[in-house]
Amino acid sequence: MSVLIGEMAAKALKMGVPLSVQLDLTYRCNERCIHCYLDHADHGEMTTAEITDLLDQMADAGVFYLTISGGEILMRRDFFQILEHARERTFCVKLKTNGVLIRKKEAARIHALGVESVQISIYSHRHEVHDAVTKMPGSLRQSIEAVRLLRAHGLHVVLANVLMKQNAADYHGVRALAAELGAKFIIDPTITPMMDGDRSILNLNVDEAALREVFRNQALVGNVEEFCTPPQGPDENALDMLPCSAGHTACYVSPYGDIYPCVQFPLPSGNVRRTKFAEIWRHSPQLNEVRSITLRDMPACSQCTHGGTCTRCPGLAYMEGNMRGPSYQDCEKSFARTGIPSENLKSRKASSRPIPPLQLVQIQGLRPAGHTLMPKPSEAEAVNA
Amino acid sequence: MNDKRYVARSTTIASRALGEETMVMSAADSTLFTLDEMATVIWESVNGITPIEEIVRNKICTRYAVAPEVALREAEAFVDKLAGHGLLLVSDKPIARPGASPKESR
Repeated sequence: MSVLIGEMAAKALKMGVPLSVQLDLTYRCNERCIHCYLDHADHGEMTTAEITDLLDQMADAGVFYLTISGGEILMRRDFFQILEHARERTFCVKLKTNGVLIRKKEAARIHALGVESVQISIYSHRHEVHDAVTKMPGSLRQSIEAVRLLRAHGLHVVLANVLMKQNAADYHGVRALAAELGAKFIIDPTITPMMDGDRSILNLNVDEAALREVFRNQALVGNVEEFCTPPQGPDENALDMLPCSAGHTACYVSPYGDIYPCVQFPLPSGNVRRTKFAEIWRHSPQLNEVRSITLRDMPACSQCTHGGTCTRCPGLAYMEGNMRGPSYQDCEKSFARTGIPSENLKSRKASSRPIPPLQLVQIQGLRPAGHTLMPKPSEAEAVNA
Repeated sequence: MNDKRYVARSTTIASRALGEETMVMSAADSTLFTLDEMATVIWESVNGITPIEEIVRNKICTRYAVAPEVALREAEAFVDKLAGHGLLLVSDKPIARPGASPKESR
Protein backbone atom coordinates (compact mmCIF):
# COMPACT_ATOMS: atom_id res chain seq x y z
CA MET A 1 0.00 0.00 0.00
CA SER A 2 1.41 3.38 -0.95
CA VAL A 3 1.94 5.98 1.75
CA LEU A 4 -0.77 8.17 0.28
CA ILE A 5 -3.33 5.36 0.13
CA GLY A 6 -2.42 4.49 3.73
CA GLU A 7 -2.93 8.10 4.79
CA MET A 8 -6.31 8.24 3.08
CA ALA A 9 -7.34 4.95 4.70
CA ALA A 10 -6.28 6.26 8.12
CA LYS A 11 -8.24 9.45 7.56
CA ALA A 12 -11.30 7.49 6.42
CA LEU A 13 -11.05 5.31 9.52
CA LYS A 14 -10.88 8.37 11.75
CA MET A 15 -13.84 9.97 9.99
CA GLY A 16 -15.89 6.76 9.86
CA VAL A 17 -16.04 6.79 6.07
CA PRO A 18 -16.72 3.57 4.13
CA LEU A 19 -13.86 4.00 1.70
CA SER A 20 -14.32 0.62 -0.05
CA VAL A 21 -17.37 -1.41 -0.93
CA GLN A 22 -17.71 -4.68 -2.81
CA LEU A 23 -21.07 -4.88 -4.52
CA ASP A 24 -22.13 -8.24 -5.93
CA LEU A 25 -24.65 -7.65 -8.70
CA THR A 26 -25.75 -11.27 -9.00
CA TYR A 27 -24.94 -14.75 -7.77
CA ARG A 28 -25.89 -16.18 -11.17
CA CYS A 29 -22.96 -17.48 -13.18
CA ASN A 30 -22.19 -19.14 -16.49
CA GLU A 31 -19.49 -21.28 -14.87
CA ARG A 32 -19.91 -23.91 -12.17
CA CYS A 33 -16.58 -23.81 -10.38
CA ILE A 34 -16.01 -26.73 -8.06
CA HIS A 35 -14.86 -24.48 -5.20
CA CYS A 36 -17.61 -21.86 -5.52
CA TYR A 37 -19.50 -20.97 -2.34
CA LEU A 38 -22.56 -19.53 -4.07
CA ASP A 39 -26.12 -20.63 -4.69
CA HIS A 40 -26.49 -19.55 -8.33
CA ALA A 41 -30.28 -19.16 -8.28
CA ASP A 42 -31.78 -15.67 -8.32
CA HIS A 43 -33.61 -15.11 -5.03
CA GLY A 44 -34.70 -11.59 -5.89
CA GLU A 45 -31.79 -9.46 -7.00
CA MET A 46 -31.95 -5.70 -6.63
CA THR A 47 -33.42 -3.96 -9.67
CA THR A 48 -31.51 -1.51 -11.80
CA ALA A 49 -33.24 1.38 -10.05
CA GLU A 50 -32.43 -0.03 -6.62
CA ILE A 51 -28.77 -0.43 -7.54
CA THR A 52 -28.37 3.02 -9.08
CA ASP A 53 -30.04 4.53 -6.02
CA LEU A 54 -27.68 2.55 -3.81
CA LEU A 55 -24.71 3.83 -5.84
CA ASP A 56 -25.92 7.39 -5.24
CA GLN A 57 -26.19 6.71 -1.52
CA MET A 58 -22.73 5.15 -1.40
CA ALA A 59 -21.16 8.07 -3.29
CA ASP A 60 -22.78 10.49 -0.86
CA ALA A 61 -21.44 8.41 2.06
CA GLY A 62 -17.89 8.77 0.70
CA VAL A 63 -17.29 5.39 -0.92
CA PHE A 64 -14.35 5.72 -3.33
CA TYR A 65 -13.24 2.18 -4.21
CA LEU A 66 -16.10 0.17 -5.69
CA THR A 67 -15.51 -3.47 -6.57
CA ILE A 68 -18.28 -4.85 -8.76
CA SER A 69 -18.42 -8.61 -8.57
CA GLY A 70 -20.70 -11.66 -8.50
CA GLY A 71 -21.53 -14.38 -9.66
CA GLU A 72 -20.73 -13.32 -13.19
CA ILE A 73 -21.38 -9.60 -13.52
CA LEU A 74 -22.13 -9.77 -17.24
CA MET A 75 -25.04 -12.13 -16.58
CA ARG A 76 -26.94 -8.95 -15.70
CA ARG A 77 -28.39 -7.41 -18.83
CA ASP A 78 -28.22 -4.01 -17.16
CA PHE A 79 -24.53 -4.37 -16.29
CA PHE A 80 -23.35 -1.50 -18.48
CA GLN A 81 -26.17 0.73 -17.30
CA ILE A 82 -25.02 0.11 -13.72
CA LEU A 83 -21.36 0.58 -14.61
CA GLU A 84 -22.10 3.80 -16.44
CA HIS A 85 -23.93 5.15 -13.40
CA ALA A 86 -21.09 4.10 -11.12
CA ARG A 87 -18.61 5.99 -13.26
CA GLU A 88 -20.88 9.04 -13.48
CA ARG A 89 -20.64 9.08 -9.69
CA THR A 90 -16.84 8.93 -10.08
CA PHE A 91 -16.20 5.72 -8.17
CA CYS A 92 -12.84 4.04 -8.67
CA VAL A 93 -14.29 0.87 -10.19
CA LYS A 94 -12.68 -2.55 -10.17
CA LEU A 95 -14.46 -5.41 -11.92
CA LYS A 96 -14.27 -9.09 -11.06
CA THR A 97 -15.39 -11.42 -13.84
CA ASN A 98 -14.54 -14.70 -15.53
CA GLY A 99 -14.32 -12.78 -18.82
CA VAL A 100 -16.23 -15.39 -20.83
CA LEU A 101 -18.84 -12.86 -22.00
CA ILE A 102 -16.34 -10.13 -22.82
CA ARG A 103 -15.98 -9.60 -26.57
CA LYS A 104 -14.60 -6.65 -28.55
CA LYS A 105 -17.66 -4.50 -27.92
CA GLU A 106 -17.68 -5.14 -24.16
CA ALA A 107 -13.93 -4.57 -23.82
CA ALA A 108 -14.20 -1.26 -25.66
CA ARG A 109 -17.11 -0.16 -23.46
CA ILE A 110 -15.30 -1.10 -20.25
CA HIS A 111 -12.30 0.91 -21.40
CA ALA A 112 -14.40 3.89 -22.45
CA LEU A 113 -16.01 3.99 -19.01
CA GLY A 114 -12.66 4.43 -17.26
CA VAL A 115 -12.62 1.26 -15.19
CA GLU A 116 -9.52 1.07 -12.99
CA SER A 117 -8.89 -2.66 -13.35
CA VAL A 118 -10.47 -5.96 -14.32
CA GLN A 119 -9.76 -9.12 -12.34
CA ILE A 120 -10.24 -12.42 -14.13
CA SER A 121 -10.07 -15.84 -12.49
CA ILE A 122 -7.60 -18.22 -14.10
CA TYR A 123 -7.13 -21.56 -12.36
CA SER A 124 -4.47 -23.04 -14.61
CA HIS A 125 -2.55 -22.37 -17.80
CA ARG A 126 -3.63 -25.86 -18.88
CA HIS A 127 -7.03 -25.99 -20.57
CA GLU A 128 -7.91 -29.40 -19.17
CA VAL A 129 -7.27 -28.26 -15.59
CA HIS A 130 -8.93 -24.82 -15.79
CA ASP A 131 -11.98 -26.13 -17.66
CA ALA A 132 -12.34 -29.00 -15.16
CA VAL A 133 -12.47 -26.45 -12.31
CA THR A 134 -15.04 -24.24 -14.07
CA LYS A 135 -16.92 -27.24 -15.52
CA MET A 136 -17.20 -25.21 -18.71
CA PRO A 137 -15.40 -26.54 -21.77
CA GLY A 138 -13.52 -23.80 -23.61
CA SER A 139 -13.63 -21.41 -20.65
CA LEU A 140 -9.85 -20.90 -20.41
CA ARG A 141 -9.67 -20.02 -24.11
CA GLN A 142 -12.52 -17.52 -23.71
CA SER A 143 -11.09 -16.00 -20.53
CA ILE A 144 -7.67 -15.55 -22.14
CA GLU A 145 -9.29 -13.95 -25.17
CA ALA A 146 -11.03 -11.50 -22.85
CA VAL A 147 -7.71 -10.63 -21.23
CA ARG A 148 -6.19 -9.97 -24.66
CA LEU A 149 -9.10 -7.75 -25.70
CA LEU A 150 -8.95 -5.75 -22.47
CA ARG A 151 -5.18 -5.42 -22.64
CA ALA A 152 -5.43 -4.23 -26.24
CA HIS A 153 -7.22 -1.19 -24.81
CA GLY A 154 -4.50 -0.72 -22.23
CA LEU A 155 -6.73 -1.76 -19.35
CA HIS A 156 -5.14 -3.07 -16.17
CA VAL A 157 -5.93 -6.77 -15.89
CA VAL A 158 -5.28 -9.00 -12.91
CA LEU A 159 -5.19 -12.78 -13.20
CA ALA A 160 -6.46 -14.23 -9.93
CA ASN A 161 -5.32 -17.77 -9.23
CA VAL A 162 -7.29 -19.54 -6.49
CA LEU A 163 -5.17 -22.41 -5.29
CA MET A 164 -6.68 -25.83 -4.63
CA LYS A 165 -5.60 -29.44 -4.85
CA GLN A 166 -6.58 -29.65 -8.52
CA ASN A 167 -4.22 -26.85 -9.60
CA ALA A 168 -1.66 -26.69 -6.80
CA ALA A 169 1.26 -27.18 -9.18
CA ASP A 170 0.06 -24.77 -11.85
CA TYR A 171 0.54 -21.34 -10.33
CA HIS A 172 3.95 -21.01 -11.97
CA GLY A 173 2.26 -21.52 -15.33
CA VAL A 174 -0.51 -19.02 -14.57
CA ARG A 175 2.09 -16.50 -13.46
CA ALA A 176 3.97 -16.96 -16.73
CA LEU A 177 0.70 -16.62 -18.64
CA ALA A 178 -0.01 -13.35 -16.82
CA ALA A 179 3.41 -12.03 -17.77
CA GLU A 180 2.86 -13.02 -21.40
CA LEU A 181 -0.51 -11.23 -21.45
CA GLY A 182 0.80 -8.14 -19.67
CA ALA A 183 -1.42 -8.78 -16.68
CA LYS A 184 -0.76 -8.71 -12.96
CA PHE A 185 -0.84 -12.02 -11.08
CA ILE A 186 -2.25 -12.70 -7.63
CA ILE A 187 -2.73 -15.96 -5.80
CA ASP A 188 -5.17 -16.95 -3.08
CA PRO A 189 -4.55 -20.19 -1.18
CA THR A 190 -7.84 -20.18 0.75
CA ILE A 191 -11.07 -22.01 -0.06
CA THR A 192 -13.91 -20.99 2.26
CA PRO A 193 -17.25 -22.66 3.14
CA MET A 194 -20.32 -22.55 0.89
CA MET A 195 -23.12 -20.08 1.53
CA ASP A 196 -25.43 -22.86 2.76
CA GLY A 197 -22.93 -23.83 5.44
CA ASP A 198 -21.58 -26.85 3.58
CA ARG A 199 -17.91 -27.16 4.48
CA SER A 200 -17.19 -30.07 2.14
CA ILE A 201 -15.44 -27.83 -0.38
CA LEU A 202 -12.80 -27.11 2.24
CA ASN A 203 -11.42 -30.51 1.26
CA LEU A 204 -10.21 -28.78 -1.89
CA ASN A 205 -7.76 -26.67 0.14
CA VAL A 206 -4.11 -27.37 -0.63
CA ASP A 207 -2.08 -29.20 2.01
CA GLU A 208 0.52 -27.68 4.29
CA ALA A 209 3.42 -28.66 2.04
CA ALA A 210 1.92 -26.76 -0.88
CA LEU A 211 1.25 -23.74 1.35
CA ARG A 212 4.85 -23.84 2.59
CA GLU A 213 6.08 -23.81 -0.99
CA VAL A 214 3.94 -20.79 -1.88
CA PHE A 215 5.10 -18.89 1.21
CA ARG A 216 8.73 -19.53 0.32
CA ASN A 217 8.43 -18.36 -3.26
CA GLN A 218 10.30 -15.06 -3.45
CA ALA A 219 8.44 -14.01 -6.57
CA LEU A 220 5.18 -14.14 -4.62
CA VAL A 221 6.09 -12.94 -1.14
CA GLY A 222 9.17 -10.80 -1.65
CA ASN A 223 11.69 -11.21 1.16
CA VAL A 224 11.14 -14.84 2.19
CA GLU A 225 13.24 -14.60 5.33
CA GLU A 226 11.28 -11.62 6.56
CA PHE A 227 7.95 -13.10 5.49
CA CYS A 228 8.58 -16.39 7.29
CA THR A 229 10.29 -15.02 10.40
CA PRO A 230 8.96 -16.70 13.58
CA PRO A 231 6.76 -14.26 15.50
CA GLN A 232 7.67 -12.60 18.77
CA GLY A 233 4.17 -12.39 20.21
CA PRO A 234 1.95 -9.33 20.34
CA ASP A 235 3.23 -6.23 22.14
CA GLU A 236 1.01 -3.62 23.81
CA ASN A 237 0.54 -1.71 20.55
CA ALA A 238 -0.43 -4.86 18.70
CA LEU A 239 -3.07 -5.66 21.30
CA ASP A 240 -4.93 -2.48 20.32
CA MET A 241 -4.74 -3.24 16.60
CA LEU A 242 -7.87 -3.62 14.55
CA PRO A 243 -8.23 -7.00 12.83
CA CYS A 244 -8.78 -5.65 9.29
CA SER A 245 -10.77 -3.03 7.38
CA ALA A 246 -14.02 -5.05 7.42
CA GLY A 247 -16.70 -2.89 8.98
CA HIS A 248 -14.18 -0.12 9.67
CA THR A 249 -13.59 1.39 6.22
CA ALA A 250 -15.07 -1.38 4.09
CA CYS A 251 -18.19 -3.44 3.68
CA TYR A 252 -19.97 -5.77 1.29
CA VAL A 253 -23.41 -5.57 -0.35
CA SER A 254 -25.09 -8.71 -1.69
CA PRO A 255 -27.32 -8.81 -4.81
CA TYR A 256 -30.29 -8.80 -2.42
CA GLY A 257 -29.23 -5.62 -0.64
CA ASP A 258 -27.83 -7.29 2.47
CA ILE A 259 -24.89 -5.54 4.05
CA TYR A 260 -22.09 -7.51 5.67
CA PRO A 261 -18.76 -6.30 7.08
CA CYS A 262 -16.99 -8.09 4.21
CA VAL A 263 -17.74 -10.57 1.44
CA GLN A 264 -15.95 -13.13 3.61
CA PHE A 265 -17.67 -12.05 6.85
CA PRO A 266 -21.36 -12.99 6.50
CA LEU A 267 -22.69 -11.21 9.57
CA PRO A 268 -26.03 -9.71 8.46
CA SER A 269 -25.83 -6.03 9.36
CA GLY A 270 -28.79 -4.50 7.55
CA ASN A 271 -30.55 -4.36 4.20
CA VAL A 272 -30.59 -1.36 1.91
CA ARG A 273 -34.12 -2.22 0.77
CA ARG A 274 -35.32 -1.32 4.27
CA THR A 275 -32.73 1.12 5.56
CA LYS A 276 -30.53 3.76 3.95
CA PHE A 277 -26.92 2.73 3.37
CA ALA A 278 -25.48 5.53 5.52
CA GLU A 279 -27.77 4.69 8.42
CA ILE A 280 -26.73 1.04 8.34
CA TRP A 281 -23.08 2.03 8.07
CA ARG A 282 -23.28 4.38 11.04
CA HIS A 283 -25.77 2.69 13.32
CA SER A 284 -25.87 -1.04 12.64
CA PRO A 285 -25.35 -2.79 15.99
CA GLN A 286 -23.56 -5.57 14.15
CA LEU A 287 -21.07 -3.26 12.44
CA ASN A 288 -20.53 -1.35 15.66
CA GLU A 289 -19.88 -4.64 17.44
CA VAL A 290 -17.30 -5.59 14.81
CA ARG A 291 -15.69 -2.15 15.19
CA SER A 292 -15.33 -2.58 18.93
CA ILE A 293 -13.10 -5.65 18.66
CA THR A 294 -9.33 -5.38 19.01
CA LEU A 295 -6.76 -8.12 19.41
CA ARG A 296 -6.96 -7.52 23.17
CA ASP A 297 -10.57 -8.75 23.09
CA MET A 298 -9.67 -12.08 21.52
CA PRO A 299 -9.00 -14.57 24.32
CA ALA A 300 -7.02 -17.07 22.25
CA CYS A 301 -5.30 -14.82 19.71
CA SER A 302 -4.14 -12.20 22.24
CA GLN A 303 -2.19 -14.97 24.01
CA CYS A 304 -0.82 -16.47 20.80
CA THR A 305 2.72 -15.90 19.63
CA HIS A 306 1.32 -15.15 16.16
CA GLY A 307 -1.07 -12.51 17.57
CA GLY A 308 0.84 -9.48 16.30
CA THR A 309 1.67 -10.81 12.85
CA CYS A 310 -1.12 -13.25 11.91
CA THR A 311 -3.47 -12.07 9.17
CA ARG A 312 -6.37 -13.69 10.99
CA CYS A 313 -9.59 -13.19 9.03
CA PRO A 314 -12.43 -12.25 11.40
CA GLY A 315 -14.91 -13.47 8.80
CA LEU A 316 -13.42 -16.95 8.71
CA ALA A 317 -13.37 -16.93 12.53
CA TYR A 318 -17.04 -15.92 12.48
CA MET A 319 -17.82 -18.77 10.10
CA GLU A 320 -16.08 -21.11 12.54
CA GLY A 321 -18.45 -19.92 15.26
CA ASN A 322 -16.86 -16.94 17.03
CA MET A 323 -15.80 -13.62 15.56
CA ARG A 324 -13.52 -13.11 18.58
CA GLY A 325 -11.94 -16.51 18.14
CA PRO A 326 -9.14 -17.78 15.97
CA SER A 327 -9.60 -18.79 12.37
CA TYR A 328 -8.31 -22.32 11.95
CA GLN A 329 -7.40 -21.71 8.31
CA ASP A 330 -5.27 -18.72 9.26
CA CYS A 331 -3.66 -20.69 12.08
CA GLU A 332 -2.68 -23.26 9.47
CA LYS A 333 -1.28 -20.56 7.24
CA SER A 334 0.73 -19.03 10.08
CA PHE A 335 2.13 -22.49 10.83
CA ALA A 336 2.99 -23.14 7.18
CA ARG A 337 4.66 -19.74 7.01
CA THR A 338 6.76 -19.91 10.18
CA GLY A 339 6.79 -23.52 11.38
CA ILE A 340 5.46 -22.35 14.76
CA PRO A 341 2.03 -23.72 15.75
CA SER A 342 -0.53 -21.23 17.03
CA GLU A 343 -2.09 -21.59 20.49
CA ASN A 344 -5.25 -22.71 18.73
CA LEU A 345 -3.45 -25.45 16.80
CA LYS A 346 -1.68 -26.63 19.95
CA SER A 347 -4.85 -26.83 22.02
CA ARG A 348 -6.73 -28.44 19.15
CA LYS A 349 -4.02 -31.06 18.80
CA ALA A 350 -3.99 -31.67 22.56
CA SER A 351 -7.72 -32.22 22.70
CA SER A 352 -7.93 -33.82 19.25
CA ARG A 353 -10.98 -31.72 18.60
CA PRO A 354 -12.23 -31.70 15.03
CA ILE A 355 -12.82 -28.44 13.21
CA PRO A 356 -16.19 -27.29 14.51
CA PRO A 357 -19.15 -27.38 12.18
CA LEU A 358 -20.38 -24.05 10.87
CA GLN A 359 -22.23 -22.26 13.62
CA LEU A 360 -23.27 -18.81 12.62
CA VAL A 361 -23.27 -16.40 15.52
CA GLN A 362 -25.59 -13.53 14.83
CA ILE A 363 -25.46 -10.66 17.25
CA GLN A 364 -28.94 -9.61 16.34
CA GLY A 365 -30.30 -11.77 13.57
CA LEU A 366 -31.97 -9.96 10.71
CA ARG A 367 -33.02 -13.13 9.00
CA PRO A 368 -34.66 -16.31 10.17
CA ALA A 369 -32.18 -19.00 11.12
CA GLY A 370 -31.01 -21.00 8.15
CA HIS A 371 -31.66 -18.16 5.72
CA THR A 372 -28.38 -16.42 6.13
CA LEU A 373 -26.50 -15.72 2.94
CA MET A 374 -22.85 -16.47 3.32
CA PRO A 375 -20.80 -15.25 0.41
CA LYS A 376 -17.07 -15.51 0.15
CA PRO A 377 -14.87 -13.85 -2.43
CA SER A 378 -15.63 -15.21 -5.86
CA GLU A 379 -12.21 -14.19 -7.02
CA ALA A 380 -8.75 -14.48 -5.63
CA GLU A 381 -7.08 -12.04 -3.31
CA ALA A 382 -3.40 -11.55 -2.91
CA VAL A 383 -1.49 -14.02 -0.81
CA ASN A 384 -3.09 -13.80 2.59
CA ALA A 385 -0.71 -15.54 4.91
CA MET B 1 -7.57 35.80 -30.13
CA ASN B 2 -9.16 34.20 -27.09
CA ASP B 3 -6.58 33.93 -24.28
CA LYS B 4 -9.02 32.39 -21.83
CA ARG B 5 -8.40 28.86 -20.61
CA TYR B 6 -11.23 26.42 -20.12
CA VAL B 7 -10.75 23.38 -17.92
CA ALA B 8 -12.75 20.19 -17.49
CA ARG B 9 -12.23 17.00 -15.52
CA SER B 10 -11.28 13.97 -17.56
CA THR B 11 -13.94 11.28 -17.79
CA THR B 12 -11.40 8.59 -16.94
CA ILE B 13 -10.74 9.78 -13.41
CA ALA B 14 -12.21 8.61 -10.13
CA SER B 15 -12.62 11.12 -7.35
CA ARG B 16 -14.17 11.56 -3.95
CA ALA B 17 -14.07 14.23 -1.29
CA LEU B 18 -12.69 13.12 2.07
CA GLY B 19 -13.16 15.90 4.58
CA GLU B 20 -11.73 19.08 3.07
CA GLU B 21 -9.49 17.11 0.73
CA THR B 22 -10.27 15.27 -2.47
CA MET B 23 -8.88 11.94 -3.63
CA VAL B 24 -8.37 11.70 -7.38
CA MET B 25 -7.21 8.62 -9.24
CA SER B 26 -6.23 8.33 -12.86
CA ALA B 27 -7.60 5.21 -14.54
CA ALA B 28 -4.69 5.37 -16.96
CA ASP B 29 -1.98 4.60 -14.44
CA SER B 30 -3.87 4.13 -11.14
CA THR B 31 -1.91 6.97 -9.57
CA LEU B 32 -3.65 8.48 -6.55
CA PHE B 33 -3.52 12.20 -5.86
CA THR B 34 -4.93 14.18 -2.98
CA LEU B 35 -6.01 17.77 -3.42
CA ASP B 36 -5.90 20.21 -0.54
CA GLU B 37 -8.76 22.52 0.34
CA MET B 38 -8.00 25.26 -2.21
CA ALA B 39 -7.25 22.77 -4.96
CA THR B 40 -10.52 21.03 -4.13
CA VAL B 41 -12.42 24.27 -4.71
CA ILE B 42 -10.87 24.58 -8.15
CA TRP B 43 -11.44 20.87 -8.88
CA GLU B 44 -15.10 21.15 -8.04
CA SER B 45 -15.53 24.37 -10.00
CA VAL B 46 -14.04 23.41 -13.35
CA ASN B 47 -16.83 22.60 -15.74
CA GLY B 48 -15.40 23.17 -19.21
CA ILE B 49 -17.36 26.36 -19.76
CA THR B 50 -16.17 28.73 -17.04
CA PRO B 51 -12.70 30.19 -17.74
CA ILE B 52 -10.13 29.45 -15.03
CA GLU B 53 -9.65 33.19 -14.47
CA GLU B 54 -13.31 33.50 -13.56
CA ILE B 55 -13.15 30.53 -11.21
CA VAL B 56 -10.17 32.03 -9.43
CA ARG B 57 -11.87 35.42 -9.20
CA ASN B 58 -15.22 34.12 -7.95
CA LYS B 59 -14.32 31.01 -5.96
CA ILE B 60 -10.79 31.56 -4.65
CA CYS B 61 -10.29 35.29 -4.20
CA THR B 62 -13.64 35.63 -2.44
CA ARG B 63 -12.76 32.87 0.01
CA TYR B 64 -9.03 33.25 0.65
CA ALA B 65 -6.85 36.26 1.37
CA VAL B 66 -4.71 35.98 -1.74
CA ALA B 67 -3.82 38.45 -4.47
CA PRO B 68 -5.68 37.66 -7.72
CA GLU B 69 -2.51 37.45 -9.82
CA VAL B 70 -0.87 35.10 -7.31
CA ALA B 71 -4.01 32.95 -7.08
CA LEU B 72 -4.27 32.75 -10.88
CA ARG B 73 -0.61 31.83 -11.25
CA GLU B 74 -0.94 29.05 -8.68
CA ALA B 75 -4.22 27.83 -10.13
CA GLU B 76 -2.72 27.64 -13.61
CA ALA B 77 0.29 25.73 -12.31
CA PHE B 78 -2.09 23.32 -10.54
CA VAL B 79 -4.18 22.90 -13.69
CA ASP B 80 -1.10 22.28 -15.84
CA LYS B 81 0.21 19.70 -13.41
CA LEU B 82 -3.05 17.76 -13.32
CA ALA B 83 -3.46 18.10 -17.08
CA GLY B 84 0.00 16.57 -17.42
CA HIS B 85 -1.30 13.50 -15.58
CA GLY B 86 -4.41 13.36 -17.75
CA LEU B 87 -6.74 14.33 -14.92
CA LEU B 88 -7.83 17.64 -16.41
CA LEU B 89 -8.49 18.75 -19.96
CA VAL B 90 -7.47 22.27 -20.96
CA SER B 91 -8.58 24.22 -24.02
CA ASP B 92 -8.78 27.77 -25.30
CA LYS B 93 -12.39 27.03 -26.25
CA PRO B 94 -15.23 25.88 -24.00
CA ILE B 95 -15.17 22.11 -23.52
CA ALA B 96 -18.70 20.90 -24.06
CA ARG B 97 -19.14 17.16 -23.93
CA PRO B 98 -21.03 14.66 -21.85
CA GLY B 99 -19.29 13.69 -18.66
CA ALA B 100 -17.12 16.80 -18.48
CA SER B 101 -18.58 17.51 -15.08
CA PRO B 102 -19.17 14.21 -13.31
CA LYS B 103 -21.65 14.21 -10.47
CA GLU B 104 -19.46 14.73 -7.48
CA SER B 105 -20.22 13.91 -3.90
CA ARG B 106 -18.90 15.85 -1.00
